[in-house]
Amino acid sequence: MTNYIGKSVKRVEDKRFITGQGKYTDDIKLNGMMYGYFVRSPYAHAIVKSINIDRASKMPGVNKILVGADIPEAIAGVPCGWQVDFKNGDTMKEPPHPLLVRKKVRHVGDGVAFVVAETRAQAKDAADEVDVDYEILDAVTCPKKATEEGAAQVHEDAPGNLCFDWELGNPKDEVAAAMAAAAHVTELDFSNQRVVPNAIEPRSAIGHYDTAYDKYTLYTSTQNPHLIRLLMCAFVLGIPEHKVRVIGPDVGGGFGSKIFHYAEEALVTWASKELGCPIKWTADRSESFLTDAHGRDHVSNAKMGFDSEGKIVALQAYTYANLGAYLSTFAPAVPTYLHGTLMQGLYTTPKINVDVKAAFTHTCAVDAYRGAGRPEATYLLERLIDLAALEMDMDPAELRFKNFIPAFDGVEQEGYTTQVALQYDSGNYDPVLKRALEMVGYEEFRKEQAAQSNGKLLGIGFSTYIEACGIAPSAVVGALGARAGLFEVAQVRVQPTGKVSVFTGAHSHGQGHETTFAQIVADRMGIGIDDVEIIHGDSDSVAFGMGTYGSRSLAVGGSAIVNSIDKVLEKGAKIAAHLLEASADDLEYAEGKWTVKGTDKSVSFGDVSLTAYVPHNYPEGLEPGLDFNAFYDPANFTYPFGAHVAIVEVDKETGEVKLKRFIAVDDVGNVINPMIVDGQIHGGLAQGIGQAMHEGTVYDETGQLINGSYMDYCMPRADDLPSFEIDRTVTPCPHNPLGVKGAGEAGCIGSTPAVVNAVIDALWKGGFKVKDVPMPMTPERVWTAMNN
Amino acid sequence: MGNMITVTVNGKEHSGGVEGRTLLVDYLREHLGLTGTHIGCDTSSCGACTIHMDGKAVKSCTVLAVQADGSEVTTVEGLANNGSLHPIQEGFKEEHGLQCGFCTPGMMMTATDLLKNNPNPTEDEIRHALEGNFCRCTGYHNIVKSIQYAAKKMQSPA
Ligand code: FES
Ligand code: FES
Repeated sequence: MTNYIGKSVKRVEDKRFITGQGKYTDDIKLNGMMYGYFVRSPYAHAIVKSINIDRASKMPGVNKILVGADIPEAIAGVPCGWQVDFKNGDTMKEPPHPLLVRKKVRHVGDGVAFVVAETRAQAKDAADEVDVDYEILDAVTCPKKATEEGAAQVHEDAPGNLCFDWELGNPKDEVAAAMAAAAHVTELDFSNQRVVPNAIEPRSAIGHYDTAYDKYTLYTSTQNPHLIRLLMCAFVLGIPEHKVRVIGPDVGGGFGSKIFHYAEEALVTWASKELGCPIKWTADRSESFLTDAHGRDHVSNAKMGFDSEGKIVALQAYTYANLGAYLSTFAPAVPTYLHGTLMQGLYTTPKINVDVKAAFTHTCAVDAYRGAGRPEATYLLERLIDLAALEMDMDPAELRFKNFIPAFDGVEQEGYTTQVALQYDSGNYDPVLKRALEMVGYEEFRKEQAAQSNGKLLGIGFSTYIEACGIAPSAVVGALGARAGLFEVAQVRVQPTGKVSVFTGAHSHGQGHETTFAQIVADRMGIGIDDVEIIHGDSDSVAFGMGTYGSRSLAVGGSAIVNSIDKVLEKGAKIAAHLLEASADDLEYAEGKWTVKGTDKSVSFGDVSLTAYVPHNYPEGLEPGLDFNAFYDPANFTYPFGAHVAIVEVDKETGEVKLKRFIAVDDVGNVINPMIVDGQIHGGLAQGIGQAMHEGTVYDETGQLINGSYMDYCMPRADDLPSFEIDRTVTPCPHNPLGVKGAGEAGCIGSTPAVVNAVIDALWKGGFKVKDVPMPMTPERVWTAMNN
Repeated sequence: MGNMITVTVNGKEHSGGVEGRTLLVDYLREHLGLTGTHIGCDTSSCGACTIHMDGKAVKSCTVLAVQADGSEVTTVEGLANNGSLHPIQEGFKEEHGLQCGFCTPGMMMTATDLLKNNPNPTEDEIRHALEGNFCRCTGYHNIVKSIQYAAKKMQSPA
């Protein structure tokens, strides 16, 4: 019986946020705390000839100014958590990423000195007085140009700026042969521009060394406190893990950018002992723009071949992926195993080859941003298929129906094995697109479009996507180069009074775990939701965890909770059996009590809990207590999918695009809290649409980030977006106990190409046979596309 | 700390010295410990710091603390009345108008100002009023609904 699962239970966590009582890292004030501020490189590529701190050191309130040379050799740089090797087997290039640079800066914002003072204003004032003499060098910012002859070199030990090259799928000659035999080939050169994650809470970290316990505490705005502890202790500072506690308090959004271990975290932690005081650092927004890992940044060429019926026969993709100046935590995985592996999409394409060159440039690091690799793959596929439909004069929806993989549930029918190394768990693709067409009123729309005659061009764009979520089976990712496992951990602690505390290694920074997880626990244990408390974000109270990203919390973390509950109930049954003088096999558990089957003899969960902690009348040989943990390592990824449709109106005179409607039908498997899932979809849509229409970094040729502030970088605002029209189908995941697939990234993965496709459709139908408008599709770019 | 100021915040009078350059948001957060008002940018763009000063929504990162001398300030901490939530707070909870909660205080302060001047706004008017408040989590969809909820609630005295 379910009282909570499937219901839009209002969020437990909201109370503190709506009353201003959320506790984010920057809200924390410790006794004797000092404030840090970074001196950052204003140049993309330069030799640091000298640093003079004399004047700055004498400024009011200054406690210490650290430069690269102050950091002991024993402290390593920031590590990378994923290794992807060259096609020829050589290890990827992994240049050091020091906490503060010594000799050379490699992107604007590279850390040169760290000023610690009594107040933030004083630290900032003194930072202005640190005198750094630079010798400016040439820079390169484009991943394709970076690999060309004569390009400026980012790292001495990465010739041609190549970190690795990589290939996946069928052999190139097989793909080429299929392509040559195709009746029609659609080819597109395009970029998937760089965007900035822009969580509204800037990153922040506080290091605190406690001499009494010889223990460090790091408070940090992170999506995964345990992972930060692991990386920082083992790879950077060389401090044993039990001497470090990492707390990720309330976190104001992450979207990937707060997964990674950043230099600032290690620096404040280490310096807090050196300086003998807690140290807080909080980024300015402009600092966030320069140092939070960015997303996307691919330059691609792709071809899709079709037979005369419109069946896809081959796909060849070439991509240059920008990694930025240093390797961020998961950077190598993003353009490879999170990207190339998704090139099957929802289609039966028999021959696929993906070729990726990953390059260093003099720019901020690029890593996972909501969707991470999967939006890039979806963009490539969905742009090609919509364009092909225009070129072949076919209906884009029809063309998709023709190519969809037939339905399979992963139970009766086997999972679908792709050409690119994955096995999809379960899928049923026709219904999402059918439902989306219904919501659009497709036939009506096409009539309206044909009749349009007011100087505005109507367009419709589709995107039918798949993603690999629920990251990840450890053995699989281990074989692919991950340097960590990707299981999740949960502990279910029943208190003597029958109240339940659940410790999860997942971390909520907006996802509502305190509610969703409590719904699961309350239902499975047959207790009230108010009797459940969800605890996360503290490495000292939560046994272990890998954190929240890759739409994994519910699929992996939720499954760990279910497994812990099973253990609790199994032991509970033994205690109940003893109390009822029956055999555990004869009991059934429902609605918070164990009943002897076929009788009215029962004992409540509360009584069993109390007995577990006051074991006077207790089964022989059984340990007291009712407290279990579980490590859940998933059997496979999960594969949510969906159909997104955008309807736009393009002004023929100005090139201005208005997004009139956005329809999304997603299948994320079973749903625990529809309200929260809808919210995740909405937020993802806004980010995906933002990339299509508004966002994108602009680096000039010297490597300056021209639009590194909210004045210049166009964030999607409320009046840029329509109300979203969303719906769902449900195809449960066959391999986790909840049947869930994950909803965090879907909106962001599907939406971007739908919007661009809609603009291309509008232009095409208006007589402009334009193949591409580069994102973000500003009026100027659309106008230029029409008028060239 | 040359400048003595007196500011009434959430009905309580505070007097103290501040530097001339101290921003009102820093005064609220650092001096008074009212950390419900957030800082999301350094260009007066994001609205996370929005508060009410003498009854009007302002971005507290755009006001110097000394300029607030003698003013009445309301922050998110002062929205609820004797423990009962303001309709806008209720709206955000009921309609899932927040995820990470970081933009939420500023959103609510902007929204209450809107509803004071326009008790029954259209969706377009709401979206327009939120132009200076960024949310990265919700796509604004449910924020609009939250404000509509509050508008309705405030008009029908229950
Ligand atoms: S912090 Fe005031 S507008 Fe961003
Ligand atoms: S709820 Fe996270 S920024 Fe709005």
